[in-house]
Amino acid sequence: MRALRVLACGPATSVQDGGRAGWQRYGLSASGPMDPLAFATANVLLGNPPGTAAIELGPGGGRFRAEGGALRLALTGAVSAASVEGAAMAWHRSFVLREGETLRIAPPREGVFATLGIGGGLDLPSAMGSLALHRRAALGGLDGRPLREGDALPVAGEAPSGESDLRLDPVPLERDRPVRVVLGPQADRFTEAGLATLLDAEFRVSGRADRMGYQLDGPAVAHGEGGFNIVSDGTVPGSIQVPGEGRPIVLMADRQTTGGYPKIATVISADLRRIAQRRPGDRVRFEAVEVATAVRLARERAAWIASLPERLSPAGDALDRMWQANLAGDAVDALREPD
Amino acid sequence: MRHPSPRLLHQGDTALTIEFGDAIDADLNALVLALDARLTARGWPGVVETVPTYRSLTVHLDPVAVDPVDLGQQLLALAREPLAPSPARAVWRVPVLYDGADLDAVAERHGIPAGEVIARHTAPTYRVAMLGFLPGYAYLSGLDPRLALSRRPSPRPTTPAGTVSIGGAQALVASIAAPSGWHLLGRTPVRSFSPARDPIFLFEPGDGVRFVAIPVERWNALDRAAAAGERVAERGEA
Repeated sequence: MRALRVLACGPATSVQDGGRAGWQRYGLSASGPMDPLAFATANVLLGNPPGTAAIELGPGGGRFRAEGGALRLALTGAVSAASVEGAAMAWHRSFVLREGETLRIAPPREGVFATLGIGGGLDLPSAMGSLALHRRAALGGLDGRPLREGDALPVAGEAPSGESDLRLDPVPLERDRPVRVVLGPQADRFTEAGLATLLDAEFRVSGRADRMGYQLDGPAVAHGEGGFNIVSDGTVPGSIQVPGEGRPIVLMADRQTTGGYPKIATVISADLRRIAQRRPGDRVRFEAVEVATAVRLARERAAWIASLPERLSPAGDALDRMWQANLAGDAVDALREPD
Repeated sequence: MRHPSPRLLHQGDTALTIEFGDAIDADLNALVLALDARLTARGWPGVVETVPTYRSLTVHLDPVAVDPVDLGQQLLALAREPLAPSPARAVWRVPVLYDGADLDAVAERHGIPAGEVIARHTAPTYRVAMLGFLPGYAYLSGLDPRLALSRRPSPRPTTPAGTVSIGGAQALVASIAAPSGWHLLGRTPVRSFSPARDPIFLFEPGDGVRFVAIPVERWNALDRAAAAGERVAERGEA
């Protein structure tokens, strides 16, 4: 049977698919990719149905080997130097990893999460309707845990048989532009000054950042007279909750489903990947938009994803891409071992 | 039923919340559960799932399929109609070994023997007001007000799976190990979340819960049965 062998990977590397909706009323969040656009792009490059399971790589990079046959793969998301048997491999294209070959992925120079898409997807048992790892619930992925050295991931579908490699242009993360939010649901629990701090100040992603949430460093966001405790209510990916000391936490894919801190604002769904791809120390600014704007942007994003198959173009041969990558200096980095 | 004016709160473009109030109150919770039942019974295009809490109903939606502003107005109108409370589906008898690290401290704070804490904790029929935070965490209303106690000043970094605790006016059955600032009264062998069992989640919002004190030998036997996939909580009719 064909398998992808994990020779090395960072601690935040997991199997993710479209997520596990429908269980939030019982306290289980949906999980799914931190960068949904990178995830969707990888599956389109490989001709996989939307939501097919892929590997989400954390910031540590990794090394993977094809076993039992050739694999068709694609790398999207946070770009780093990648190489196959020492030859640089470009991103946002499909390629074939032949049996016994090793793919090396260096830690990204910027951004956090990369998607390693797999043609045919993974042949793993579904856990409550999904392969996505929810670490706190010990659910999904491989045995309910992140990936680690030595794991063999069985690959579903047929071995590649001469299909041409394809490429897609990535959507830039626009790091210098603010992350857009809709104010509320509990904006009225903050002072005018507290709201102004959120929208005018510059924050940085703190070291407490994982798939559950990103806490931000920066000036304290002041609560109103009602204080910082509310009776728990529902959260969403992108909820910005503010605990007692005033340091905002942006909730992410594996978040708690309910929370007892007031939520000053909500990152719009189209911009969630833009904050997910910021690492500790990266700057974050927020800009308020109306619900209608957030809906328009969500629909534009969905239409963009739906149009990706029409945007595919031939990738040219891997050697050509390797040469370009060499010119860009990536090949040197690609030889570095992942952290 | 008392019917405070519900509020519509938007949570970005992927959810909205109908809020009936901001207190822990059995009547508010009954309204939330009644709205949830009515919404679920009808089936709304674009609604992905709903999350009832003590005092609000969060509705997760697909903004491509439905406009959250329009949906919010429709749900707000629905929430303003008279809502009949849904009866409890079941009452669960949940066995508890009362050996919690805070049992004696809670007794001391209230000036009563530990046995009286257990008596007061096992007397009421609680209601599952919400399941949330972590998978299967059951937040119960109905705690004897004479047991109410503000949370510990510093949370414990971890508490075991099955922890039965109290905090403020609430009682909690925890499913998996996690940090907690609540007062630990004991442990139940019942798994409120068990992915390999049918049902995966034992409790539904609105279910009744009664605690039954058990000795350690019984806990050990029930824990083995629960590990093998049994429910070990007895289900009674409401």
